[in-house]
Amino acid sequence: MPPATARIVITGVGLTAPNGDSLAEFRRHLLAGVAGVERMEIRYMGPQLAGVCHFDPLRHQKKKEVRVGTRAGSISIYCAREALADSGVAWDTVPKDRVGIYLGITEHGNVETENEIYNISKFNYDTKFWSHYHNPRTVANNPAGETSLNLGVTGPAYTIGAACAAGNMGLVHAAQMLRLGEVDFALCGGVSESIHTFGIFAGFKSQNALATHEDPKKASRPFDLARNGIVISEGGCLYTLERLEDAQRRGAKIYAELAGYHVNSDASDYVLPNPVRQTECIRAALARARLAPRDIHIVNTHATATPLGDIQECEAIRAVFGEGCPDTAINNTKSFIGHCMGAAGALELAGNLPSFDDLTVHPTINVDNLDPQCALPGLVLNSPLRVARVDTILNNSFGMLGINSTLIVSRFVP
Amino acid sequence: MTKDECRQVVLDIIADIAPDEDLSNVKPDVRLRDQLQLDSMDFLDIVMELRKRHGIEVPEADYLQLASLDSSAEYLTPKFVALGK
Repeated sequence: MPPATARIVITGVGLTAPNGDSLAEFRRHLLAGVAGVERMEIRYMGPQLAGVCHFDPLRHQKKKEVRVGTRAGSISIYCAREALADSGVAWDTVPKDRVGIYLGITEHGNVETENEIYNISKFNYDTKFWSHYHNPRTVANNPAGETSLNLGVTGPAYTIGAACAAGNMGLVHAAQMLRLGEVDFALCGGVSESIHTFGIFAGFKSQNALATHEDPKKASRPFDLARNGIVISEGGCLYTLERLEDAQRRGAKIYAELAGYHVNSDASDYVLPNPVRQTECIRAALARARLAPRDIHIVNTHATATPLGDIQECEAIRAVFGEGCPDTAINNTKSFIGHCMGAAGALELAGNLPSFDDLTVHPTINVDNLDPQCALPGLVLNSPLRVARVDTILNNSFGMLGINSTLIVSRFVP
Repeated sequence: MTKDECRQVVLDIIADIAPDEDLSNVKPDVRLRDQLQLDSMDFLDIVMELRKRHGIEVPEADYLQLASLDSSAEYLTPKFVALGK
């Protein structure tokens, strides 16, 4: 059994984002200011702004798998296969019963249920026309299960429901399982197919939290004074995680080491964030990583561009990083890709990982007039920032019902 | 509807539910499962599509009648005729 403190490293990345289907493309667009939001026809609602991924599902799936499975399944399989290829692992030789698949999801099953209700509406709501695929498509473990089928993984494969904190949770849980010795190799991260359910659009609209803008590319604008809500997006990002000694034994490229994390709950409201609990979450992650706030070089914010949520996260960040952190840069990835829900945390971390190599912090774009209440020191606005050092990245992801996750990764030092 | 037309109805459905399969040489007298990658869920698809597209019901007790194109045509043709098709 490995030690509970075994060092855990990231050795591969596979992703699809609204502005890129590989880490290289994603990063290139984050540094070039290329957003990935477009208009999409949403059932019952007409054109809405959404972050749409354009990967080719048939790269790693048969047509029948795509037809029978779900969009979340296709996203997961694409990301998993790309991450494995990136990791360089000799997949044929990996014992499949020692592989774990841990996928964060915000929700699952709404898309497929809506589709079936729409389908039977064409048959006078006669339920004998309801698909026999409904149950395998809507079980909460669906995307992880489809991935296990595609890869022949016989180890534990399941999802972690954690609202929009879920992307980080996939990595956190994988690290825990590697340290427990439950698995020797993990595929983990988060996925979302949310743009294919009208319900999430209608729900945010009813909350007055759905972004609008005449220019789709400018619609997602955290910290801007005129921000008016969330751009809903799909996406996925999976990592290969290994214990350091295993990664070193096979000579793997190491992107980063998991330095610390924390997960807590607000216990205060269904939808409103709680900056006190967010602050506690950030501080606890720092403590686990044995780092001080001034040791963090990039803080990637969760901010979704809701008028109140951004201010509250800024309050939490200011409490930790507001003073004495001259080398801490702060950015936001949703300004490019909208809110990828279950994939958000994992994707946003990935977008910043190359900073270890290029010593550049991608900016928060679409900030024409910075909200004074969001004017954090170190906020990188509209243009990339070249910095002297990037040794640590802190990634926040928060979700409804008050779940908070903070993940810290560090430059790998043998 | 002739039996040939009935075989084509079933083949058209299979083309949609098993899009990776080459259907150019399907032998009508051989079990579909023995020549194509079809599982039990696929046969439920055939039953569902017959219901949706043609208004034809295949009770569970009769599923075996859909084993091959020939047996499907034997079984389904009278149903199509009864519907005036």
